[in-house]
Amino acid sequence: MTIYGTALLSACLICGLFIGKSLGRLCGLQVDLGGVGIAMVLLMVVTGWLKKKQLLNSKTEAGITYWSAIYIPIVVAMAAGLNVRGAIRGGPAALLAGVLAVAACFALVPVISRWGKP
Amino acid sequence: MNPTLADGCSLLVAFAVVGATVWISYVLSAKLTRGRVHGSAIAILFGLAFAYWGGVATGGENGIVDIRFFAGFGLMGGAMLRDLAIVATAYGVRVEELRKAGISGLVSVLLGVLTSFVIGAVVAYVFGYRDAISMATIGGGAATYIVGTVTGTSLGASSEVIALSVATGLIKSILVMIVTPAVAKSIGLDNPRSALIFGGLMGTTSGVAGGLVATDAKLVPYGALTSTFYTGAGCLLGPSLVYFLIRWIV
Repeated sequence: MTIYGTALLSACLICGLFIGKSLGRLCGLQVDLGGVGIAMVLLMVVTGWLKKKQLLNSKTEAGITYWSAIYIPIVVAMAAGLNVRGAIRGGPAALLAGVLAVAACFALVPVISRWGKP
Repeated sequence: MNPTLADGCSLLVAFAVVGATVWISYVLSAKLTRGRVHGSAIAILFGLAFAYWGGVATGGENGIVDIRFFAGFGLMGGAMLRDLAIVATAYGVRVEELRKAGISGLVSVLLGVLTSFVIGAVVAYVFGYRDAISMATIGGGAATYIVGTVTGTSLGASSEVIALSVATGLIKSILVMIVTPAVAKSIGLDNPRSALIFGGLMGTTSGVAGGLVATDAKLVPYGALTSTFYTGAGCLLGPSLVYFLIRWIV
């Protein structure tokens, strides 16, 4: 059943967010410490295990892959909800800080990629 | 306010409008740019344009979501469904790829957070915000706007400074979305490992999500994975280590 996949995906996200928030609270913060990342690892581990046991059929899979396929449209909707006008009105300080931060981080990508190459 | 046609089916309006936008974007991509500019990049630009229009039309902070007819965009593009879709992209990721980038992933997150803080703080200083609290807050905004808000709130920054910090974070995420597909080739962003490093350095979930989708959708889960740890690391370091360092320096 397709719903099994979606249920599994949701359960992974709920567990991940719970762990992330608990970690945040342990560090004295009211924020989520990598909850989504933890959920991603959970999903990889659980689906890997289910595949090995041959408990994951194509219908269950569809309940997960639908959401990953709908990812681009969701990002478009997210972009449409951003405070773009506020960002532009932030003026030269915000613009300069944003541009420089992005430029520096882009420049670091090849540096770190090369640095740890096996 | 008068009820509109969309009341009670706002999410459906969002699905329909976004679907049409994506379709038009892919047609434009193929016809006007011969596929050189990815359809999803054009779609995201449309999204940002909608957001600007919504902000101008209503004076609100939530882009098109503040226009009642399009309120469903808030649910469709909100944190819940966005996170669900991001996690779903991890399905089919090879675990070995993650292991290969273990240490460089961690280094990229730490380096990304600290670089952004330093740049933001220096720019803040240049523009006359010379107290440690404002510098740390604007530095946090150069990481992500959530880091900026959390840092500013916990240090007690003024609302003007927090607003500036949020604006910085938004500029960053928008720039990452737009610029990534254009520079991907020149920075070697074409494999899972560099995508992990990219996500860790940039940190903005929305920027990384949009930028990678428009570059190569296969890379999304890798970048998304490291970027989700970035905001946590920034919120942890900003009001503590970074703030004390800045106070010690100025």
